[in-house]
Amino acid sequence: MIEFRAVTKQFPDGTVAVDDFSLIIPARQTTVLVGSSGSGKTTILRMINRMVEKTSGDIEIDGEDIHSLNPVKLRRSIGYVMQNSGLLPHRKVVDNVATVPLLNGVKKAAARDAALRLLDTVGLDRALADRYPSQLSGGQQQRVGVARGLAADPNILLMDEPFGAVDPIVRAELQQELVRIQRDLGKTIVFVTHDIDEAFLLGDQVVLLEKGGRIAQAGSPAEILSQPANDFVATFIGADRGRRALRVEVVNGRNVVVDEDGRPTGVLQS
Amino acid sequence: MTGVNLFLQGIMWIFDPTHSDGSGGIPSRIGEQLAYTFGAVAIASLVAIPLGLWIGHTGRGRDIAVSLSGGLRALPSLGLLIIFALGIGIGFKAPLVSFVILAIPPILAGAYSGLEAVDRRTIDAARAQGMTEWQVLTKVELPLGFSLLVGGIRSGVLQVVATATLAYFASGGALGVFINEGLKTRNYAELMGASILVTALALILEGIFALLQRLFVPRGVAAGRIKDVRSRSTRPRTTVGSPIHEGK
Ligand SMILES: Nc1ncnc2c1ncn2[C@@H]1O[C@H](COP(=O)(O)OP(=O)(O)O)[C@@H](O)[C@H]1O
Ligand SMILES: [Mg+2]
Repeated sequence: MIEFRAVTKQFPDGTVAVDDFSLIIPARQTTVLVGSSGSGKTTILRMINRMVEKTSGDIEIDGEDIHSLNPVKLRRSIGYVMQNSGLLPHRKVVDNVATVPLLNGVKKAAARDAALRLLDTVGLDRALADRYPSQLSGGQQQRVGVARGLAADPNILLMDEPFGAVDPIVRAELQQELVRIQRDLGKTIVFVTHDIDEAFLLGDQVVLLEKGGRIAQAGSPAEILSQPANDFVATFIGADRGRRALRVEVVNGRNVVVDEDGRPTGVLQS
Repeated sequence: MTGVNLFLQGIMWIFDPTHSDGSGGIPSRIGEQLAYTFGAVAIASLVAIPLGLWIGHTGRGRDIAVSLSGGLRALPSLGLLIIFALGIGIGFKAPLVSFVILAIPPILAGAYSGLEAVDRRTIDAARAQGMTEWQVLTKVELPLGFSLLVGGIRSGVLQVVATATLAYFASGGALGVFINEGLKTRNYAELMGASILVTALALILEGIFALLQRLFVPRGVAAGRIKDVRSRSTRPRTTVGSPIHEGK
């Protein structure tokens, strides 16, 4: 469990990126922070591994104040996946995946074996192990990034718009892959996105952020959809339009669900 | 006397066996020229590389380094050499010291610009995986910036190998002795021969270092260059909204 208590971050230039932010992030679930660009998502995420130092407030992991921990050790115990993969261009895929275990002193051969198994986990062909990142597609690079994030078997995985830069088809694949991985591994995932569909797809808990990291609403996708806390949330999730504004029409004695334009999207079972 | 003719005489002077013996012979003068070059570059590297790496890694002190380098570059080599010769006496020391000063700016610039050229996001990611600052430097910044660092050493070597010709002003030997002698005695073959030697030396060193520099481009980066030129060159150094300078 990760707990934020009244956390504020003010950057040296005076920008208050996160203002009095409090949240409980339950263990072994996926919490998605969603909000438009500049709302403070990345800043919140990076305070968890102390890549950004909070200005005030408390951040605890399993009841332990992270500021009592050594930042390097803390980071090695937390997986971090970023939008542009952040792979080391001069190292082969397999060595990139093994980065943290090698830093932690795992023997080279063992780290390599484990890295190869992780390539399987993220759905990458082992034949790619000896390539360099620049020789992979964007989607493949992101898979490597996920594998690297998992390599030290961390309890916590931080993901900052990891699928934001790949095309929609690949993104859908990667999302499904993450759902499957999470079902198998049960990590505490904190996932940042500006895409509300992605948030609803992946999140057990979805946290909608406004500027300054202010929480507009936090809850399960169903809770947020059924009861948007305010107009901002309703607009952001598009509750009143398109494929979220569904109605039921009776056709041939069955309940057919149609969208705003009257296009059928499915049939109610029950 | 035509230019071609003079050039041939210069070549003949070089290969005249009577010019190759002993401490004043061509091989030993070439040796002195190279000793100045590598000696000065080695000493300059001891100072400039650590300093440049520190500047490149921390991003601190860059402005000072730039203006200091600019100042050092503006100093006339001959003036410097004569001042040192008057100060510490004639011999090899005065030329060596002034050549060290000559070599520092390019090596310093190579070291810090090598690190600065590394994509900030790569460094950020390395730090976020839990690398210590030392590991970020040695495992990420140095390998990726090494080729530019070698480029700095290359400029230093070229500058010193050309300028080492001035060492004879302080009775410091090297190939300038022949040039001076040729001028004084109007021995144009000697003058030409010595000039050819200096030029050839510079070209050979340039070739070797160009090769070295290419050798030190990491494989994955070289591989990416062919395939990925477009996306690489448009990559921004920093990502907007990512607090990259934090978390040190
Ligand atoms: N290093 C920084 N220095 C100053 N301001 C920053 C820095 N990093 C982020 N900010 C500002 O903080 C706010 C939140 O940024 P960020 O957390 O990156 O938002 P998001 O990830 O939601 O797009 C933005 O206004 C951004 O410009
Ligand atoms: Mg962001």
